[in-house]
Amino acid sequence: MSSIEQQAKGKKDGEIRYLTPLNIDTSKTKKYCRFKKSGIKYIDYKDPDFLMAFVNEQGKLLPRRLTGTSLKYQRKVSVAVKRARHLALMPYVGDLLK
Amino acid sequence: MNHYETVFILNPVLSEEQIKETVKKYEDILVSNGAKMISKEDWGLKKLAYAIQHKKSGFYHLFEYTVPGEAINTVEVEFRRDERIMRYLTVRLDKHAIAWAEKRRNRNKQKA
Repeated sequence: MSSIEQQAKGKKDGEIRYLTPLNIDTSKTKKYCRFKKSGIKYIDYKDPDFLMAFVNEQGKLLPRRLTGTSLKYQRKVSVAVKRARHLALMPYVGDLLK
Repeated sequence: MNHYETVFILNPVLSEEQIKETVKKYEDILVSNGAKMISKEDWGLKKLAYAIQHKKSGFYHLFEYTVPGEAINTVEVEFRRDERIMRYLTVRLDKHAIAWAEKRRNRNKQKA
């Protein structure tokens, strides 16, 4: 005869079951395109400090799914970063840029 | 007439005299091709993000001008032939870029 305790022991250790669904907050703030929001029409390649926000630590362009930039402005960001790289204002490859 | 902007990087080993001479040379080339200079900027000696021709710094200069499109070719050929120029970039400015360039110029003027 198996008691309730034994049945409970038979279960895999460490498996946690919840009776009520966990309260995980999924309502994250929506991303937005900062160029559309602040009305920037031209992205200047001569300002590397600003463009640093759109590259990762290795100096690669970040995808717009991370930055929230709209497609129209992502194209302009990519052109601006490439121009800045050509003029040695930004590195083509880097390490620990941030 | 189109609106253009050129940034070029001069070799850091040049003397001040030679730099002035080079900048003057390109200004003269542009003007003789019918350009109207709008602004000239000297960014001074800047550190490069990576080495170009084994040099880690360079003198940056920025020209803004309007010129007929054919003249760009002659200027760029000169840039390519010149050993004092390490890098150059010419871009045509659209209407948003012109507005931004003007704003930037006013801001720089206020700072100075």
